[in-house]
Amino acid sequence: MPITRGFTGRPRDERPDRLPPGQYDAGDQWPVLTAEPDGDVDLTRWRMSVDGAVTTPSSWTWDELHALPGSSYDGDIHCVTTWSKFGMHFEGVSVDLLLDAAGPTSEATHVMAHSTTGYTTNLPLDDVRGGKAWVVWEVDGAPLPVPHGGPVRLLVPHLYFWKSAKWVTRLELMTRDRPGFWEQNGYHDRGDPWLEQRYQGDP
Amino acid sequence: MTAQPDTPVPVGRSWTTGRLAEVDHVGERLVRIRLEVDERTDHVPGQHYVVRLRAEDGYTAQRSYSIASDPVEPLVELLVERLPGGEVSGFLHDDARAGDEVELRGPIGRWFVWTGGQRALCVVGGTGVVPAVSMLRYARRLGRADRLTVVAVGRTWDELPYADELAASGALVALTREDRGGRYGAPPSPREVAPLADGVQRAYVCGSAGFASFATRLLGEVGVRSDVVRVEQFGATG
Repeated sequence: MPITRGFTGRPRDERPDRLPPGQYDAGDQWPVLTAEPDGDVDLTRWRMSVDGAVTTPSSWTWDELHALPGSSYDGDIHCVTTWSKFGMHFEGVSVDLLLDAAGPTSEATHVMAHSTTGYTTNLPLDDVRGGKAWVVWEVDGAPLPVPHGGPVRLLVPHLYFWKSAKWVTRLELMTRDRPGFWEQNGYHDRGDPWLEQRYQGDP
Repeated sequence: MTAQPDTPVPVGRSWTTGRLAEVDHVGERLVRIRLEVDERTDHVPGQHYVVRLRAEDGYTAQRSYSIASDPVEPLVELLVERLPGGEVSGFLHDDARAGDEVELRGPIGRWFVWTGGQRALCVVGGTGVVPAVSMLRYARRLGRADRLTVVAVGRTWDELPYADELAASGALVALTREDRGGRYGAPPSPREVAPLADGVQRAYVCGSAGFASFATRLLGEVGVRSDVVRVEQFGATG
């Protein structure tokens, strides 16, 4: 790999261990990156559903979802466009709770998250269970703003943030992997920031 | 939103070397770089490259930049805006010179691309004009200029990248802070854009998050359906 003459980069001691390779600390900024116009949501008709390879297809209204035992995430998020943001606080419910209600069949191996805009993203089932994924509606004590996926987005913070689908309303359990929106458009099927799984073809 | 790409669009899967053939400062904070790419995959207008800089101790930093050139141009052209504290943009603006080598990966992206088939309208702002410049060069070469209309928005003529080229290619250049050519400084109005939106099958919006939200609203007001709008945003919000 070529060295770029004269490039020294930021002082190395400023680079915290919690920053995955190729990422930078966005500090106070929270960039908005979206491929389509923002979703419009009518909360009286809004539903969150889990279906596909499950024993009991299930859905929750806005009030029903909020009545479930809450769960929060405190930690970092990482975007494939190379920004990371430390110390975020999200409130919502654990995806485990929704999966337990619907009961994935023994053949279920992957999940497709669907948004009101038609956006989709695929994830291995094991990446959204075991306390690793949430659906969230609050960030840092305030309702999740629409440009950031409000009223409700998926949160899978150990993977690049395009996996945390904005405006999520449906988790579809699948018996084999199928590429979602960015994955069809050249991005990685799993997206682990510590392995730099940015694009198709990465390890 | 249609998840399927229209036609198979190639993407570069591995890193290669790019040599800076030309480095031109085209504005106070803008540098245009033209690169010779070792293992080059032809791009489609709208795609981008990842530029990675490597220090002697192996430390790297990488950012994505849209491609301005037409696919057949021998050099790949990128436009880089110098951001405050920008690690990559700062180096490319202040230190880079012809002959330097960088790592490149691309072209990337199969969503924000125009392959020339559909009648398209671009509403682009600031450095967001770059993919529209590639689309315009491509359209002109193929004799398809009638299928592509560009609305380019900038504060002033001098601050808007590629202003001369955009205007010469028939783009509507809308300056928000400068009166020019009989047009008062203001954002593009629905009245100006509506005639350009007639029969549009695809719209592209590229710019800052604030600009993108303005432009998608404008497209809605002139009757462009939201499911044909493709958005590429950059920059930061609070």
